[in-house]
Amino acid sequence: MGRCCCRCCCPRGLWMLSAPCCDDRRMCVCPGPRRIGIPVRSSSLPLFSDAMPAPTQLFFPLIRNCELSRIYGTACYCHHKHLCCSSSYIPQSRLRYTPHPAYATFCRPKENWWQYTQGRRYASTPQKFYLTPPQVNSILKANEYSFKVPEFDGKNVSSILGFDSNQLPANAPIEDRRSAATCLQTRGMLLGVFDGHAGCACSQAVSERLFYYIAVSLLPHETLLEIENAVESGRALLPILQWHKHPNDYFSKEASKLYFNSLRTYWQELIDLNTGESTDIDVKEALINAFKRLDNDISLEAQVGDPNSFLNYLVLRVAFSGATACVAHVDGVDLHVANTGDSRAMLGVQEEDGSWSAVTLSNDHNAQNERELERLKLEHPKSEAKSVVKQDRLLGLLMPFRAFGDVKFKWSIDLQKRVIESGPDQLNDNEYTKFIPPNYHTPPYLTAEPEVTYHRLRPQDKFLVLATDGLWETMHRQDVVRIVGEYLTGMHHQQPIAVGGYKVTLGQMHGLLTERRTKMSSVFEDQNAATHLIRHAVGNNEFGTVDHERLSKMLSLPEELARMYRDDITIIVVQFNSHVVGAYQNQE
Amino acid sequence: MADYSNKLYYQLEQETGIQTGYTRTGSIFLAQTQDRLISLKRINAGLNVIGIPSEIISPKKVAELHHLLNVHDLVGAMHVPEDAVVSSADVALALASAASQNGVQIYDRTSVLHVMVKKGQVTGVETDKGQIECQYFVNCAGQWAYELGLSNEEPVSIPLHACEHFYLLTRPLETPLQSSTPTIVDADGRIYIRNWQGGILSGGFEKNPKPIFTEGKNQLEIQNLQEDWDHFEPLLSSLLRRMPELETLEIMKLVNCPETFTPDMRCIMGESPAVQGYFVLAGMNSAGLSFGGGAGKYLAEWMVHGYPSENVWELDLKRFGALQSSRTFLRHRVMEVMPLMYDLKVPRWDFQTGRQLRTSPLYDRLDAQGARWMEKHGFERPKYFVPPDKDLLALEQSKTFYKPDWFDIVESEVKCCKEAVCVIDMSSFTKFEITSTGDQALEVLQYLFSNDLDVPVGHIVHTGMLNEGGGYENDCSIARLNKRSFFMISPTDQQVHCWAWLKKHMPKDSNLLLEDVTWKYTALNLIGPRAVDVLSELSYAPMTPDHFPSLFCKEMSVGYANGIRVMSMTHTGEPGFMLYIPIEYALHVYNEVMSVGQKYGIRNAGYYALRSLRIEKFFAFWGQDINNLTTPLECGRESRVKLEKGMDFIGRDALLQQKQNGVYKRLTMFILDDHDSDLDLWPWWGEPIYRNGQYVGKTTSSAYSYSLERHVCLGFVHNFSEDTGEEQVVTADFINRGEYEIDIAGYRFQAKAKLYPVASLFTQKRRKDDMELSDLHGK
Repeated sequence: MGRCCCRCCCPRGLWMLSAPCCDDRRMCVCPGPRRIGIPVRSSSLPLFSDAMPAPTQLFFPLIRNCELSRIYGTACYCHHKHLCCSSSYIPQSRLRYTPHPAYATFCRPKENWWQYTQGRRYASTPQKFYLTPPQVNSILKANEYSFKVPEFDGKNVSSILGFDSNQLPANAPIEDRRSAATCLQTRGMLLGVFDGHAGCACSQAVSERLFYYIAVSLLPHETLLEIENAVESGRALLPILQWHKHPNDYFSKEASKLYFNSLRTYWQELIDLNTGESTDIDVKEALINAFKRLDNDISLEAQVGDPNSFLNYLVLRVAFSGATACVAHVDGVDLHVANTGDSRAMLGVQEEDGSWSAVTLSNDHNAQNERELERLKLEHPKSEAKSVVKQDRLLGLLMPFRAFGDVKFKWSIDLQKRVIESGPDQLNDNEYTKFIPPNYHTPPYLTAEPEVTYHRLRPQDKFLVLATDGLWETMHRQDVVRIVGEYLTGMHHQQPIAVGGYKVTLGQMHGLLTERRTKMSSVFEDQNAATHLIRHAVGNNEFGTVDHERLSKMLSLPEELARMYRDDITIIVVQFNSHVVGAYQNQE
Repeated sequence: MADYSNKLYYQLEQETGIQTGYTRTGSIFLAQTQDRLISLKRINAGLNVIGIPSEIISPKKVAELHHLLNVHDLVGAMHVPEDAVVSSADVALALASAASQNGVQIYDRTSVLHVMVKKGQVTGVETDKGQIECQYFVNCAGQWAYELGLSNEEPVSIPLHACEHFYLLTRPLETPLQSSTPTIVDADGRIYIRNWQGGILSGGFEKNPKPIFTEGKNQLEIQNLQEDWDHFEPLLSSLLRRMPELETLEIMKLVNCPETFTPDMRCIMGESPAVQGYFVLAGMNSAGLSFGGGAGKYLAEWMVHGYPSENVWELDLKRFGALQSSRTFLRHRVMEVMPLMYDLKVPRWDFQTGRQLRTSPLYDRLDAQGARWMEKHGFERPKYFVPPDKDLLALEQSKTFYKPDWFDIVESEVKCCKEAVCVIDMSSFTKFEITSTGDQALEVLQYLFSNDLDVPVGHIVHTGMLNEGGGYENDCSIARLNKRSFFMISPTDQQVHCWAWLKKHMPKDSNLLLEDVTWKYTALNLIGPRAVDVLSELSYAPMTPDHFPSLFCKEMSVGYANGIRVMSMTHTGEPGFMLYIPIEYALHVYNEVMSVGQKYGIRNAGYYALRSLRIEKFFAFWGQDINNLTTPLECGRESRVKLEKGMDFIGRDALLQQKQNGVYKRLTMFILDDHDSDLDLWPWWGEPIYRNGQYVGKTTSSAYSYSLERHVCLGFVHNFSEDTGEEQVVTADFINRGEYEIDIAGYRFQAKAKLYPVASLFTQKRRKDDMELSDLHGK
């Protein structure tokens, strides 16, 4: 209801709490080409192309300056990330990396960039610097995580064998989040990637809360009652989720109680709503309700505020930043994907001949989606038809057309103003907060309601890739599926060699086999499919193979430049158990 | 066995007139490393004494014997000139036709459905073409033997599993290889190479085998198996490295032919413990052709006489139980066994797969205190305890024929056993209880066991369970719990065999109750002079030698736990006690013992310490030193046989006769004199023993004695006639008058022979005069 109550306009407001400059890729105050505000990125990368040899050279001193923190400081790096999200220090830490006003606006990044680098010309003579393969690996593997569904000797009765996940930051701190958990009171597993914008507060909150909302929505009435009774009488609670987290994936301790209370209110309402008949819970409906409810709670919490000043600031940051979410729920052969925004779920299908094809299980909610454009136009008066989406952005600002948080696009101007004025000083002090989206007439313009896709798993569906747009921008979906598929099946994708009547000498055969093996050894460098994919996404050359030099250069970009060349990348690769899936199929 | 096969195949061609492809090519075993060469030298020493010519040769000589070989990376090789190759299909045909000539009927294309059994006895075979009545059935179904065994109503568990095995066939060389070209085994390269119709046949045992048919008769016909070149690549590289000139040789095909492996790389033969007349010969671990002839001979003897002419306990089906029959266990284990074919075989190797199957309740506690484990019959037993400040080598690096890295650790454990007190978890021992309502138990046992069991209640008797020939079927300790009930402790791997033996020989109609209580008790061995002090503190029962003499058994309380069977024996000859603790009390008793024992310097110890202690005291163990062809008289245990008491027991006649005629072999203890345990190769077992330069037998086990500071080997001394090679009587005099040498991989070390243990080891350490003030310190 928080969203529906405010439909008036206000000329003033604040803007982007955690990102004082508009280096954010999704929201750009300034008009101009888009993606990250740097057009360079989507096409070829001039920095590394032959056309621009000079900057490459110029770059090295810079790289050297930053190498320590980038390469050896993964731990510090994470620490830093914690700091940023759980303290009120963010604006400053972001500002630190904006040395030049032109740089900050990114209107014409190419020139700016030139200025920027030329400004550093005084640096010592250019010298070649590459990361060694082990250094590259330590960067790529810093955030990798693997989970195997517990099994004994391959006799796994789950339709999921396990998953690999990883993320590579481009923002500092990274704004992507990922979550994975097993539902303990119902069957099934939840996996999701969350792409934050205007800071990481919202994606963080969604990553820790959304699965609880989903799990609660899926719970039968009796279980809800049991849990509520346990809370009421102070007994131990039934565990709902078993999280599968990388050590760097953290949960906010401070907000835990607040989040719990909101969640409890939700299940209490679910209990009250129940008519008593035990009806089968519809997963699709549960997912939609959970998404909407969480967004609603985020919005409400920000409106109500919290007596604790830290928490108060936190809930505001969560509400004013935004996050997209792409969540998969796998239970047996039933796969549901709920998507809000422009992350994507891709199914890897192995054809009978062994080749790989990609099946998209989600629709991007952005300007490239005709139906989304249509929807937005229908939801707002005709007079706004031209202003709702401008330059492929919502109100000319926001790339994804659906998202959590982002109350700037949901609340009435009145409400925004009221909340900010009563909010902490940090909000009011922020220059960028004095901004209300243009043509803001009929909020809400943004929703967190997901589009849910159902897919019944077949034996040929081998894996699912969930990834934020950082991956999909750099790689074609077909390539993604092929690379993961070949990685997961190892040698087997290669056609087995058969001599069958041909004249082959031992030497020839040996040469052939050695060649095949070296080709494979690059695959085995990674123990994690997601890492392998990132390696390709960042290091692929024009021939589609990983170029170490390129990989090294990309990874040694200093923090303040990394975002110009790539976005945060977060990937989860879920591997399905074809045997179990096949058995399900045979049962029917 | 291989030797017999060799002779058999040689004769077969002459007898049947069917070509077996028998060609005497000789074979060369290459060594790329010094360790491999040591291993070959050990084999060489063993071959020579049984009359098979073989020699260690230099790489240069190798090149002369086989011109295609690259010898640059070799350190040596072993040449066995009389080795031969045959064609397996031809041999099978020849054997079949020889059998047919002697009246055997062979049914082609007939499959066995199951074996019919009545009252635990084979009565016939049900096939898809009808029934065949028979008294004996031999399961030789190779990789299908497991399933065929299970198809019975009373399943016969035959633990084996198949792996894919690849070998390569090529077209002939430009100048075809001569048929006499020696067979090459390059174990370090994991391959074998032999001549095949002028070309090459080469295969190997790769590090990453592919187990197959786990789920049973996968209905995949063997013919349909795929060639897998990528899998073969390492072996091909190895082949081309060994014979670079083969580069240009044309491939004919890569054959995928599954081979069957067993959990311990030894084949499986013998009679089923559950069904009489049901024999098995399977699981040849890829050596079917070379051992087949010999194994067939032993099995035939077994069926005709009831036992084979050689000790084949190591191959006996009864060494396994149902516990090794899990398909998952087998699948994992054979993946370790197959590469082991060509791995370096070093002393004290433990399998790494299929572990932690049976454990004592103290497993976690001991493991946390640094225990390193070995496995016997699925049971985890501690080898030694690594102190927290010490690191041992990684598994691969720890392989050695020399002094092992745990030497100092075991030394301190042994020292503690001698001076203070140690605890060894020995729960793995097989434990049976035999009770009857009347006096029947005693009657039956007196007949089954060689020593007099009619002892006062509470006494423990060491006794053998002999066969008709007087040989040890089992060597055990039996405690008389009360008039009508006995508690029997046997080696771990006796669980199946001893059970079957007792069942077979007990009267069918008796009301005797035989119960396997192995799982009910945790056994703690408290070894050392201070063991008595520890137990005294934990119980009000008097523990002094007057009240609790040696070889006594009492049920008493230890700590809070009541009903602990305390026995004054340690299996080592050291003072101390065995505690048989109902498993639910195990942790309590262990904790109490450890906490009380602290002031006596108690610590954990493992089987390596036990082994050192028992071998230096000349305690022979069944299965290692003595077997079903060893009589009590041959190992100096005449005193443990009731020959004079006028009571009949199995094997009595044989023993009486032997007593009259004298023994033909004698278990002897050897103390190595000029052996430097730091620098010289360590003895293991199977080393030839020379008396006055003549070969007289082989060692059966060995250990370093920390008290004597010498290596001690146990082994049998024979007396072969110099002229005829016939065995003659071995007298104590014969043994004492000889000068002995032990051959370790070709190096001979002087040894002192002893028929009785070194007396000084038994003297009580704690004499009053020797007491020092330091003895009063807590340790």
